[in-house]
Amino acid sequence: MKDSIEKPEAEFQRKIDEGHHIEPKDWMPEKYRKTHIRQISQHAHSEIVGMLPEGNWITRAPTLRRKVALLAKVQDEAGHGLYLYSAAETLGITRDELVDQLHAGKAKYSSIFNYPTLTWADIGAIGWLVDGAAIINQVMLTRTSYGPYARAMVRICKEESFHQRQGYEIMLTLCRGTEVQKQMAQDALNRWWWPSLMMFGPTDAESTHTELSMKWKIKRKSNDELRQQFVDNTVPQADILGITIPDKDLKWNEKRGHYDFGEIDWEEFWNVVKGNGRCNKERLDTRRAAHENGAWVREAAARYAEKQSNKVLSEAN
Amino acid sequence: MTNKIYQYLLFIGDNTMILGHRLSELCGHGPSLETDIALTNISLDLFGQTRNYFQLAATLSKEDKTEDDIAFLRMEHEYRNVLLVEQPNRDFAYVIGRQFLYDCYHFLLLHELVNSNDEHIAAIAQKSLKEVTYHLDFSSEWIKRLGAGTDESHEKMQNAINYLYPYTGELPEETPIELEMKELGIGADLPAMKTDYYNRVHEVLKEATLDIPETNWFQSGGKKGVHSEHMGYILTQLQYMQRAYPNMSW
Amino acid sequence: MKNEWPIWEVFIRSKNGLEHRHVGSLHAADNKMALENARDVYTRRNEGVSIWVVESKHITASNPEKSGEMFEPAKDKVYRHPTFYNLPDELKHM
Repeated sequence: MKDSIEKPEAEFQRKIDEGHHIEPKDWMPEKYRKTHIRQISQHAHSEIVGMLPEGNWITRAPTLRRKVALLAKVQDEAGHGLYLYSAAETLGITRDELVDQLHAGKAKYSSIFNYPTLTWADIGAIGWLVDGAAIINQVMLTRTSYGPYARAMVRICKEESFHQRQGYEIMLTLCRGTEVQKQMAQDALNRWWWPSLMMFGPTDAESTHTELSMKWKIKRKSNDELRQQFVDNTVPQADILGITIPDKDLKWNEKRGHYDFGEIDWEEFWNVVKGNGRCNKERLDTRRAAHENGAWVREAAARYAEKQSNKVLSEAN
Repeated sequence: MTNKIYQYLLFIGDNTMILGHRLSELCGHGPSLETDIALTNISLDLFGQTRNYFQLAATLSKEDKTEDDIAFLRMEHEYRNVLLVEQPNRDFAYVIGRQFLYDCYHFLLLHELVNSNDEHIAAIAQKSLKEVTYHLDFSSEWIKRLGAGTDESHEKMQNAINYLYPYTGELPEETPIELEMKELGIGADLPAMKTDYYNRVHEVLKEATLDIPETNWFQSGGKKGVHSEHMGYILTQLQYMQRAYPNMSW
Repeated sequence: MKNEWPIWEVFIRSKNGLEHRHVGSLHAADNKMALENARDVYTRRNEGVSIWVVESKHITASNPEKSGEMFEPAKDKVYRHPTFYNLPDELKHM
């Protein structure tokens, strides 16, 4: 009897250890399923809420070229949200349920999207820093153990590659522009730098999910490792732009072979997580409104489809 | 002559730009994720077409204008779009109604323009026609879904059509420039499209179980630069960066 | 009454003539909408020239618990593969 309970669990872990994917119909521990629903849906919500701060500038983009690029980028985020919701749905939960969790304030999404986009340079900074940070996380997740999640991430990473370049190009154009534009770029970096570092989550010492996530290969690197990778990638990019990262403690550490950087304001981090960010309420209200305003549309399409298929049936009889 | 073709391109490009703008406002706010993505695709098509027209217009302008000068740096009365495309996104039925009423016209317009004597215009029309054929298909289907879906959606769709229908009168109206372009074989014959346009519109409305609005008065003015109150607000967003930070590269 | 649109699976054939491949899923109210959504969601970067959509509930999938009897019997049938046969190196085009 004991054997029959242990066997699937051991088999499951063996698959993960050997680098095989877990697929929707495979046996999996209930906790693995729940953890994935939570993580994948958080990720999906982040994509969808993440459309809003950038979407804020679509109608005001300064040129037609910038406008189509931004529009396509924000649309990609909708697509990525869709891929991720689909991956979560393979675990036996509906998109409606997941969206309801978001709207009820029961599900989290990346706190970065609770910061406001105040100038056009913020669109550059988000592409460069926020997408830059996201890509580091996402590349790791292409090798995550749950098959549908990993496949969604492969697709997402392929599509994301233009996002960061787009953002950096905006920053570069500003930094090579007039004094006013340079200031705009610096101001955006000042406001987005620290929140970008916070995107990797609490320090390893504080993080509650890391150990199990590692065992199940949901994550393959710790928050601090990923954060360090981001800082190391980004500092030289800021140098090329000729703008200054707002951290007086930032310096190259020859011995470690990494950049040292200053202490993150964790009080701010937890406050935004708890809902006290500048835009938390606004973002959720906007998502709720879109969903509620669309309810009659979704209903109409569902009824129309039923009527059409009934018609086909009665014509066949 | 080149100046007249330039003017003519504004009639076409301003419509695609302003309609694209209205759709772009919805990105992130659609009734479902899939529909959000679909509407944004249409918006992107329209902005792509706008760029083609304005890039062509830029080569014809005497003052070395760029596509962005043409898009962003005109006064309100210099925009030539019809009133229909500037109507706001009151709800999804208005979005679909506006789209359908414009798509139908747009489809017929491009069908004519593929035969334009101006090879550049013909080439843009050729490419755009494929996109717009899809738009028309998409919006027609949605008209039917909403018209014949539920009682609520039927009512909303009917209200939207009633509201928007009087703005269709301006579509086949011919301004002196459009007349001249038609006579030169460069532009489309708008008045000749009128019957076909309403036949097509009415056919879909009927299929959608919607009533054809009875109206003996149509709104017009957009083509002459006399816009609705909405236009000023569209331009405050569209032009914001170019007006606040003049003469810079982005 | 249920208003959530059903899930559809999307298969796309790319230009290079390979078979339709499963690329993901989406929600749609009817088959026409499913095709349109598939086009708008999954071919934004010119990924395909043909799309199939099928409502997910119509797919019958093999049971992973039976993968032993389903798939392992094929493992030792090496004689189905060309490398099973020993032929002299001089032999060409075979």
